[in-house]
Amino acid sequence: MNEARDHILKRLRTVRREAPDTGAPSPATGADGETLIARFRAALEAVRGEVHRLRDGDWVGWLARELPARGVGNLLAGTGEIGHTLQAHPIPGVTLHRYDRPVEDWKDALFDHIDAGITGCRGAIAATGSLILWPGPEEPRLLSLVPPLHIVLLDAANLHADLATAIRSQGWAQGLPTNALLITGPSKTADIEQTLTWGIHGPRELVVLILG
Amino acid sequence: MNVPGSMTTLRARVREALGKAPVRRNFRAAMDGIRAKRAAALPDATDFAQRRARAAAIRARALARLPELLERLEQRLEANGIQVHWAEDATQANAIVLDLLHRAGARSVIKGKSMVSEETGLNDALGEAGVAVVESDLGEYIVQLAGEPPSHIVAPAIHKNRHEVAALFQAHHPQREATEDIEGLTAEARQVLRRRFAQADAGISGVNFLVAETGTLVLVENEGNGRLSTSAPPLHIAITGIEKVIERLDELPPLLDLLTRSATGQPITTYVNFISGPRRADELDGPREVHLVLLDNGRARIHADPLFADTLRCIRCGSCINHCPVYVQVGGHAYGSVYPGPIGALLEPQRLGLEAGGSLTSACTLCGACGDVCPVAIPLPGLINQLRAEGVEPRPDSPLPDAGRLRHRGEALLWRLWATIYAHPHRYRWLARLLTALRRLAPRRLGAWTRWREAPRPAARDLHRPGARSGVLR
Repeated sequence: MNEARDHILKRLRTVRREAPDTGAPSPATGADGETLIARFRAALEAVRGEVHRLRDGDWVGWLARELPARGVGNLLAGTGEIGHTLQAHPIPGVTLHRYDRPVEDWKDALFDHIDAGITGCRGAIAATGSLILWPGPEEPRLLSLVPPLHIVLLDAANLHADLATAIRSQGWAQGLPTNALLITGPSKTADIEQTLTWGIHGPRELVVLILG
Repeated sequence: MNVPGSMTTLRARVREALGKAPVRRNFRAAMDGIRAKRAAALPDATDFAQRRARAAAIRARALARLPELLERLEQRLEANGIQVHWAEDATQANAIVLDLLHRAGARSVIKGKSMVSEETGLNDALGEAGVAVVESDLGEYIVQLAGEPPSHIVAPAIHKNRHEVAALFQAHHPQREATEDIEGLTAEARQVLRRRFAQADAGISGVNFLVAETGTLVLVENEGNGRLSTSAPPLHIAITGIEKVIERLDELPPLLDLLTRSATGQPITTYVNFISGPRRADELDGPREVHLVLLDNGRARIHADPLFADTLRCIRCGSCINHCPVYVQVGGHAYGSVYPGPIGALLEPQRLGLEAGGSLTSACTLCGACGDVCPVAIPLPGLINQLRAEGVEPRPDSPLPDAGRLRHRGEALLWRLWATIYAHPHRYRWLARLLTALRRLAPRRLGAWTRWREAPRPAARDLHRPGARSGVLR
């Protein structure tokens, strides 16, 4: 189809236009860490995200209390630090699964039997309550998508005022992973009568544990 | 061949749509709700004006450099391992997709939302080739079960209420317990489609933005179906128009912000998905192949037209549709085109030609609401009006297909006569006197005009005589 390519580009080259200046990106408003956390929490809670603030090492304890109470019997973690920590501290009543083999080997089990997935994140955006995830070998894409409950650990130091700031300070333009995500709340739809309904294809619940 | 814009069929469809009271209620309710949400998300007019000036400039800049950006995009995508295909028209695009599916041995496809695939009639083409396609956006799934096209570019099943959806689900999922509850219906769709996601051989999606700088496809959605379609099956094929490219990643935030606020009143959607490559050797999921089909289908022609090139700035938020007083009355199907509402009235006649699509411009009152809310400041009312003119009195070298073909000789003659008379005071006065004298002969029926109105009757005395006597008029 190189012929199509050449035709299209040739048609597009028949005109030359002035390219207007787009102006500088608006500078992010300076805000301290606590203000950013408060903004993040408000924005995410507005779209039914659940947010908890914990001391650094307390998240395993939080999971040990909450998961059995929420009926989570099968928890999925990646092969990184979070998975290691959970393996070292088993939670009674909760079976830990590791996402350590290609999805093709266990797709049905992933779709049908996992109750919750836990991931870290690269940071978050205060203005919209969005989590930044860069899935990869240690935390594959479907880990944050297929289980009905998604739990995210967020380092309190990794909050950015807005998306533009995050893109700039994390250097996204210098190289993105095969998949990067902004996640803002649980999956939702309003396709029937414009009525907001939660948990259509992705997780029904999103829990963010802010650490530190 | 469906002729969306031909006048008789447009009229027939509008009459049919106006007769469906329940559907009209569905539209009214939905549009009122969505307008309120948009207004709440963009409350400050000055702030909106500033933001949209920037968004419009980013899009205009990208369009001005479109061929360079597309080449850079292609180079970056291929460096990232995403294969790029170019299609001049719908037939080529569908053939490319089919070929990719055949080569992969894919028999079942799960689809994320894509208006461009509606434009190419992809589902029909795949169906004819024996490939099973399931739409996974809830709204798209509903209209697919109903055998209907989407009635709105963002909310495809907006014309259906819960009872209609329930009846469809009962007919298509007879093994499941019937429900009319919206949460129940949504849960049912989740269960049914989850199997499809797990089993599909390929996923097909649209794209909201293409970033040339990083070689990235950006997809915006709330449900997660877009993420699943593009990460669960082993093959992902994205299809989109050549106009979707922007130069740099830092141009994305202002566009993204206005897109979601304008479309649904959200500061951001649940998921913004950046795809910059297939699964790498050390990754455990994601598609092993990612392909992008870049579709022209008339866009390069529009791009070359200095008068109408702004059409391509569109980011498909649907806000013009939501605010259109005609759309809210007749709904999306009455237009008979892939894209309804103001953007449809502007885009479709250019895409399909004025003969096939030109009458869509008559489904516009020139009220200006669409132009006011457009987040990339496309002057919709002015361009739609200009399109009308192109149908009857085109520019000398108008590149629009069928330019001037809507001109009726009788009508043109009548207007010329009118202009001749009105341009000269004594001719005008003479005509006024003549009409006053012959007023009893004025017809009582004037076609469609008098179906709902009375015919105008010349007054017994024209205004000039009393006006002249009192000295107001000469």
